[in-house]
Amino acid sequence: MIEVQGLSKRFGDVQVLTDINATFSKGLVNQIIGMSGSGKSVLAKCMVGLHKPEEGKVLYEGRSFHDMDIEEKRGIRQEIGMLFQGAALFDSMSVLENVMFPLKMFSDMPRSEMQDRAHVCLDRVNIVDKDSLFPAELSGGMQKRVGIARAIAMNPKYLFCDEPNSGLDPQTSIVIDELIKELTQEFDTTTIVITHDMNSVMETGENIVFVHKGRMWWSGTREELLNSDNAELNDFIFASEMMRIVKRSLSGKA
Amino acid sequence: MTILLHIGRYFLLLRDTLSRPERMSLYWRRTLEEMDLLGVNSMGIVALLSVFMGAVITIQTTSNIDSAWIPAYVVGFTTRQSTILEFSPTIISLILAGKVGSNIAAEIGSMRVKEQIDALDIMGVNSAGYLILPKIVASVIMNPFLIIISMFLSIFGGWLAGVGTGIISSEAFIEGIQYSFDPYTVTYALIKTVVFAFIITTISAYQGYYTKGGTREVGISSTRAVVYSDVVILITNYALTQLLLI
Repeated sequence: MIEVQGLSKRFGDVQVLTDINATFSKGLVNQIIGMSGSGKSVLAKCMVGLHKPEEGKVLYEGRSFHDMDIEEKRGIRQEIGMLFQGAALFDSMSVLENVMFPLKMFSDMPRSEMQDRAHVCLDRVNIVDKDSLFPAELSGGMQKRVGIARAIAMNPKYLFCDEPNSGLDPQTSIVIDELIKELTQEFDTTTIVITHDMNSVMETGENIVFVHKGRMWWSGTREELLNSDNAELNDFIFASEMMRIVKRSLSGKA
Repeated sequence: MTILLHIGRYFLLLRDTLSRPERMSLYWRRTLEEMDLLGVNSMGIVALLSVFMGAVITIQTTSNIDSAWIPAYVVGFTTRQSTILEFSPTIISLILAGKVGSNIAAEIGSMRVKEQIDALDIMGVNSAGYLILPKIVASVIMNPFLIIISMFLSIFGGWLAGVGTGIISSEAFIEGIQYSFDPYTVTYALIKTVVFAFIITTISAYQGYYTKGGTREVGISSTRAVVYSDVVILITNYALTQLLLI
């Protein structure tokens, strides 16, 4: 479980996050949703320690991340897997080397065992016979899947996914969403997905946090989300015609 | 104020870079790769520049000391002294700042804008150490070799141009390069080379590491890496000359 307590972040004179409080549960797909520029990616980056907040705490199983010394932070980070918006695969490494990289860095496995582990992860995300290809030779969806394989290579306790569906077609988006949901259940991870894609929210969201204008505006389950009377939240989730149809059908007016 | 911020951040980056590596074998393998990329791959340009540099020094020296009062061997002597003291360590380092420095800044800058450095940090890898330390070690080891090769080739280029065009005899040139040789000049040149190698890699890596934005900013970082490395090399060259030769 990850708890965020009173977190505020400022860049120069711009206050990006103000007094964010949220809890992200284990074994669930937790989602941080909000409009572009609302501060959700900054919140995620504060949670993994890429940004240092001015105020507040991020607690991993009750331990404050920003109060840890550098070695403790590295220890926690080895328990975090992260899928980046652009996958962030290492250009100079092949698919297999990318997935093996965290194992090479932090495990004492012999090379053959590392390769076996990397193949298990690649098989899990349906990337087969692509070991020797380089990231530039893969499609966007495949890069994301290799990114997921790399993120789960070390059996993470916490899985962060930043805009996992951005730039993907609807079918591939669903594949990625399902994969994230399955992996969360399989590895019992605390999964945090940053997204503004309502399809993804409807497919996988179990615990949802809505960030608006740098504040935590609302939180709840998917069912509560659809029935909320929060005006800003409704403006966000029912911005598309498709979601309005969903709402009408749920309220029996279809 | 901004310059103080950059200096402070540069030294903080150095502190992270020089901290204990997580996995020595991986760092060593990366160092060997960087020695090939930054050192061996620079051999061609260094050789070409050195031969022509020596040739030009010889021809210019000959044309400027065309006097019966000055012995012919002075041409060889001047070529040797200019090459060892200044042209090979400083000019070649300035050229390497252009080739190697821009390469380092572009590589690390691209990794920054593509979030690959964030990925390393989140894995718990000391990204500064992993990316920059092997480059520093590789340059500090390889650049002295490049400069020694440059010294030989530059003097050879001078001999080739002088003897080939008939402006000086081979005997006089060789007498000149042996005349009053002080081995300390080579030590001085190698000290400068090591310091310049450190400057090139760390300043270029700093520019790349703190790149913000996209591909345009990577280009800007790359240009800055070369310009700032060159400026710092020139200032340091002056300071080291004062310290080591006077």
